Amino acid sequence: MTYSPVIGLEVHVELKTLSKMFCGCPADHFGKKPNTQTCPVCLGLPGALPVPNKKAIDWTLLIGLALDCQVNHHSKFDRKHYFYPDLPKGYQISQYDEPLCVNGHLTLSTSEESKATSEVTHSGSSDGENRVRINRVHLEEDTGKLIHAEVDGEKVSLVDFNRSGVPLVEIVTEADIHGSAAAKEFVKKIHQLIRDLGVSDCDMEKGSMRLEANISLSKDGTLPPYKVEVKNLNSFRFLGRAIDYEIARQKELLTRGQTPPQETRGWSEAKNQTFAQRSKEVAQRSKEEAQDYRYFPEPDIPPLVFSKEQIDAIRAKLPELPQMKAARFAKAYGLKPSVVTILTKTQASAAFFEAAVKEGQKVSLPPTVIANAMVNQRQAFKNPEDLVRHLQTQTQEKVSDKITLRQFIDQVITAHTQAVSDFKAQKPQAIGFLIGQIQRLSHGKADGKLVHQLLLERLESSR
Amino acid sequence: MSLNKLTLTQAIKNLQAKKCSAFELVKACLDQINRYDSKIHAFLELNQDALKEAKLADNQRRDNSSPLLGIPIAIKDNFLTQNLPTTAASKVLEGYLPQYESTVTRKLKEAGAIIIGKTNMDAWAHGSSTESSDFGPTLNPWNTQFLPGGSSGGSTAAVAADMCIAAIGSETAGSIRLPAAWCGVTGFKPTYGRVSRYGVIAMASSTDSPGPIAKTVEDCAFLTQIIGGFDPYDATSSSNPVPLLTLSKAKVKTKLKIGLPKEYLEAMNQETKALVHEAIKVLQNQGHVIEPTSLISPKYAIGVYTIVQRSEVSSNLSRYDGIRYGQDRTKFGEEAIRRIMLGTFALSSGYYDQYYSKAQKVRTLIIEDFNQAFKKFDLIINPPSPGPALKIGASKNEPLFGEMQDMLVEPSSVAGLTGVSLPGGFVDGLPFGFGFVGPQFSEDKVLNIAHQYQQATDWHLRKPQL
Repeated sequence: MTYSPVIGLEVHVELKTLSKMFCGCPADHFGKKPNTQTCPVCLGLPGALPVPNKKAIDWTLLIGLALDCQVNHHSKFDRKHYFYPDLPKGYQISQYDEPLCVNGHLTLSTSEESKATSEVTHSGSSDGENRVRINRVHLEEDTGKLIHAEVDGEKVSLVDFNRSGVPLVEIVTEADIHGSAAAKEFVKKIHQLIRDLGVSDCDMEKGSMRLEANISLSKDGTLPPYKVEVKNLNSFRFLGRAIDYEIARQKELLTRGQTPPQETRGWSEAKNQTFAQRSKEVAQRSKEEAQDYRYFPEPDIPPLVFSKEQIDAIRAKLPELPQMKAARFAKAYGLKPSVVTILTKTQASAAFFEAAVKEGQKVSLPPTVIANAMVNQRQAFKNPEDLVRHLQTQTQEKVSDKITLRQFIDQVITAHTQAVSDFKAQKPQAIGFLIGQIQRLSHGKADGKLVHQLLLERLESSR
Repeated sequence: MSLNKLTLTQAIKNLQAKKCSAFELVKACLDQINRYDSKIHAFLELNQDALKEAKLADNQRRDNSSPLLGIPIAIKDNFLTQNLPTTAASKVLEGYLPQYESTVTRKLKEAGAIIIGKTNMDAWAHGSSTESSDFGPTLNPWNTQFLPGGSSGGSTAAVAADMCIAAIGSETAGSIRLPAAWCGVTGFKPTYGRVSRYGVIAMASSTDSPGPIAKTVEDCAFLTQIIGGFDPYDATSSSNPVPLLTLSKAKVKTKLKIGLPKEYLEAMNQETKALVHEAIKVLQNQGHVIEPTSLISPKYAIGVYTIVQRSEVSSNLSRYDGIRYGQDRTKFGEEAIRRIMLGTFALSSGYYDQYYSKAQKVRTLIIEDFNQAFKKFDLIINPPSPGPALKIGASKNEPLFGEMQDMLVEPSSVAGLTGVSLPGGFVDGLPFGFGFVGPQFSEDKVLNIAHQYQQATDWHLRKPQL
């Protein structure tokens, strides 16, 4: 019997706004002396009232728009009730049935993983694209932090409220992920995207990005009658391992004719396995969570209404997103997907590349050469100019043998008929693309001016 | 006349004209408290520094023009005051000393007022009798066999007994207007959002409205001017600027069209109905037009209010877990526990739609009903209580005592309207309260007509024999 994994992810991201979600305390809590960044609001003192942070709302909308979500014109905050010592009000201000953003998606580059592990067609990837649907993006407040310590020989639990009320965005996917590789790719993409938006550091070691996976196995592609939630995964690697571990564990249970129990599990780095959470505190918490949260609209905060103009104004703030940038790089510079992925990994490297391309144009150094150099480079360059200078000296030993160059040209023209027709259709960027391909064949050593001249002769003659 | 009997307006004039000092004024109030509060129990806590602050105010008077400089004001014990214990009359918060100041008391202090003490109330403001205070009931100054009403019963009794110049209360549904009616004083409920709730121990967040309790409408207008307005610490406070509420003769001339809802009149008995008609005559003599009308029966508001309020209470009280401050949960009184249980049930999965969600729909209908009425009328006649004060013990074993007593003020409360209660006669020696409600943010109109009424009557000038 084959089983296909059905995985949904929940990603929590702390926004790096200056102040907290509902009060004026600083939101940057990492490494601060406990309970030094608190006030009546985030301590849940009597009579204190939450006033929402506008920037946090705008940034959540920005994340939603970057994930192609719809922004709800009417949204609101709700109270989610449970008792836990790190939750000073007895409820968390969150969003229930009218989150800020809904129905988005993020496209993954490969679907090999899911093909390998499943034999069914998945909703959300019907067009062959590996598309992960985003169920919702909502905004809530973070809780305080419990520290279990020993003070004067006595085991105690201490509460630090510095984190209480820090804006926390929750991104929830549909169960469209079918393996650990896809899950990892998804969270890496989210990580890059949110960092590019400049709204969170997404530092998993500091807890400003937290991952949870809901994992189950399906026999026939339908949603299984159970799901296992693995919490507190604080690295991409652990996410991958936890998913692989769970797939194997659940498969074994299913093969024996058992249905894995619906439960919340943790990840043990030491044992390299997931475990049913049994510690006293956690057991209490899962019990609380099994009860209902008694959501109701937060009466202290008026409903949020967004006009089309307001949403458009936020959309206008979106920078060029990784996926858009990757598509543009591939098309404009004729780069391979693997190269594009590396170049667009960070905004900084993408910007470096584009600056180098601009610099390279002055000396007819093609983008492919720069790209390859950046990808294979062991040496770091302070600025794009240095890189271009270096490449120029390196390629001084140019291939100027016309016969070799004509061979390259023929190969490229045969392989890229579209670019050739583009050239004939008076699209000037086609020539750049073709030169790039020739440089690739020559490992960047072709004499740029000569190639340009020979290529033009060749194209003109076949016109 | 003893200084403690002065109205706010009179006291300000006397202080400014140097006819008396703030020290004498505060001392007169403290003397009154010392003499009679063992009988009435209006106060839970007195400000031990009140006389010192009064002296300071006297010293500052020459170059300080703060409007309330040296005026002693009593504050309901659900407003956080930094130097005075604040308990909301619950043992859960016994001895709790707030770390910050409520917006209302901050504004009063900035205006120069002296907080003379914290007044008794139903624990957590859960009730309409002040009988459910964890620290013992307040008694009605007109007759100590009777209830003062609630939940701001300590504040209304303190004003009625001249233990302060004016007081502050809060109303969720009737908690200012009903005890004001039963104690024979003037109580004003501003529009929801007109006065900040920051630092007021929350009861039902969607209807809690702080407001003044005083000896005249004029005094209520003066205090509302000071405590009202947008507060960056309360997201539900209105950014609508507070209009000039000070009552002038020019405004008094406006002739208004006033609705008399038959459903409200039906709730009253012969005696109180007669008093309402007497009050109507006063208004007609001033040229106002009073016409009968019909509104959704106030009995429907009971259900709406009970569900919404219990739900919000169950949520608002969850922070009192005894971990960071206060006593543990065993200190919750019976009424609070009942409300937590009912609210928790109403919000539970599967019941939310049946109760909370449905209640909000009916609430919308009530709001719409008022909107329609206010297309025809400037104001609606709305006595806060069907009759005068009930006897001590009346609320015992009556879990819905408050809801029944407050039936006539619940529709306007769930709709977030503004309303006033003002002395409108007596029944067997006990005060009867007359009143109006107006559209949201019509404080101006409500206060003006109430003032006109008070100009033509002397009910508000009568004092109880202590």
